[in-house]
Amino acid sequence: MLQTKGEKAFQLIAHLVMILETICVILPFVLLIMSSFTDENELVAYGYSFWPNKFSIEAYKYLIKKGGSIFRAYGLTIAATVVGTTIHLMMGSMLAFSLALKNLPGKKFFSFYVFFTMLFSGGLVPTYLTYTNVFHIKNTFFALVVPYLMLSAIHVLLMRSFFSSSIPDAIYEAAEIDGAGLFTTYTKIVLPLGKPILVTIGLFAGLDYWNDWLNGLYFMSDQKMYGIQTLLYRILEDIRTLASSAMGSAAATSIKIPSVSIRMAIAFVAIIPIIIIYPFLQKYFQEGIALGAVKG
Amino acid sequence: MTMQQTAQPAKASRAEKAKRSRSRRIYLIRKWAPAYLLMLPGLIYFFINNYIPMTGIVVAFKKYKVNTGIYGSPWNGFKNFDYLFATNDAFTITRNTLCYNLAFIVVNMVLGVLFAIFITEIKNKYAKKVYQSAVLFPFLISIIIVSYIVFGFLSVDNGMINKSILEPLGLEGIAWYTEKKYWPFILVFVNSWKEVGYSCLVYIAGITGIDDAFYEAAKIDGAGKLRQIWSITLPCLLPTIITIVLLNIGRVFYSNFGLFYQVPMNSGSLFDVTNTIDTYVYRSLMKIGNIGMASAAGFYQSVVGFCLVLFSNTVVRRVSPENALF
Repeated sequence: MLQTKGEKAFQLIAHLVMILETICVILPFVLLIMSSFTDENELVAYGYSFWPNKFSIEAYKYLIKKGGSIFRAYGLTIAATVVGTTIHLMMGSMLAFSLALKNLPGKKFFSFYVFFTMLFSGGLVPTYLTYTNVFHIKNTFFALVVPYLMLSAIHVLLMRSFFSSSIPDAIYEAAEIDGAGLFTTYTKIVLPLGKPILVTIGLFAGLDYWNDWLNGLYFMSDQKMYGIQTLLYRILEDIRTLASSAMGSAAATSIKIPSVSIRMAIAFVAIIPIIIIYPFLQKYFQEGIALGAVKG
Repeated sequence: MTMQQTAQPAKASRAEKAKRSRSRRIYLIRKWAPAYLLMLPGLIYFFINNYIPMTGIVVAFKKYKVNTGIYGSPWNGFKNFDYLFATNDAFTITRNTLCYNLAFIVVNMVLGVLFAIFITEIKNKYAKKVYQSAVLFPFLISIIIVSYIVFGFLSVDNGMINKSILEPLGLEGIAWYTEKKYWPFILVFVNSWKEVGYSCLVYIAGITGIDDAFYEAAKIDGAGKLRQIWSITLPCLLPTIITIVLLNIGRVFYSNFGLFYQVPMNSGSLFDVTNTIDTYVYRSLMKIGNIGMASAAGFYQSVVGFCLVLFSNTVVRRVSPENALF
């Protein structure tokens, strides 16, 4: 079918607007990446720019040589992400599976118990006081994994609705007739068949852990226990954090840090994992958003 | 005699019934016990992470002492609230939280719908994919990285805007992190840069769900593209739009802490336009150590937030029941 003039104009405008938006999204990242590859003196003289006159990989060399604590923070974040996401998925799917059972006595009560956490929250002060004064998680690995974002009710409810509507009843009935207990049903049927929802939810949980800096901010006074995002936050606030964390001693200040470019280098290193996985997992992110897997 | 004879089987059946009901109970326990066991870790987690802090909200009415904890501290009546509302802060943080959120809702809705329409209408498959990927990407980045990027543009000494735009033009650099007047725009811009991809994708899902037959009929009737968008796409998308807006209205008392705390670099001279309830609670609790004020503001947020969620959900249930939370 021939395109009318109006339709052509519409396509043109649509492309223009979207190209503009795409540039708007990409340019800031170009600035970040380019700045990390810029010569330090050049940065001091001309500031951050999209295309530096003089390239340099000094910042990355420094990172590799002196960045022990940055790798430590990186490692902690990876550990928190892996452990946290695993626990999140296990606890969440177990709870969701039980809530998806048709005739479970007390089901209404338990569903409400989970659901109510979405409506009302105690807020930061009681949460903070509970975790620090009752459970004493300050400066422990638990603080990176347990509070604030481990398991949200919306994820449980999404898994429950997947287990009860996307897995056919006939399969559950067949399992029951074959004498499978609920444990067996959970491990042999729900986990394998629930893979799509588990991947989607796991992705969002993992992203939350990777991007989390608040648990570090709230619960860590020991710099050694910072995850990468919290360390980044501290470095932007005060570049000396880097000096003391890189060497662990006051002597560090005598060595010249490429402080302007290295900030951007660390920031870039922290988004590399997301840039790498994004093309492969974009589909799941989109599905998750359409489902409503995003919290708060 | 006859009585006894008839009573005998009745007795036996009662005993059997009891036995059967006992074995049935055992069967039920055997059957459901695994379900409760599987639920247990999650339930305990919600208890610790959500329910204990919920009861801890009474700290707002107490004079908190570290050694006695929340429940052991003496009651304080409404003193904490008196202090909170005696200052100007209560007004400022409420105004900022509400106004920014309303601006975010409107801007993200308009841009989100616009981008969603463009992306779904664009015919070139490859370009479509590129745009869609680009729109969503900032959503996945932590707010800390965003604050680095903003710093790259706005830093007074090294910022791209001061060094590469203003100075070459012979203009004086702007001290971005101390000038209040720019921040309402910067924050709205940064927020939609980061978040618009989310609403855009929700709307794309909504548009994809519209029946093609409507468009076919419109084409036969000779309706142009704009006419189709105005008379089919937008009306069909309206329930989705209303739902998203309402759900966001349910959350207008909460703000993205990182956006208001770290993107303006916690700059004291900007507090007037960057302080929201969340940043206020954090600063009172951690920086000033005034637990009374922090908990009063937190209580205010929790309670009003709760009412707003209930309200918005009631309306959502009328507009599109399948999107209501309950």
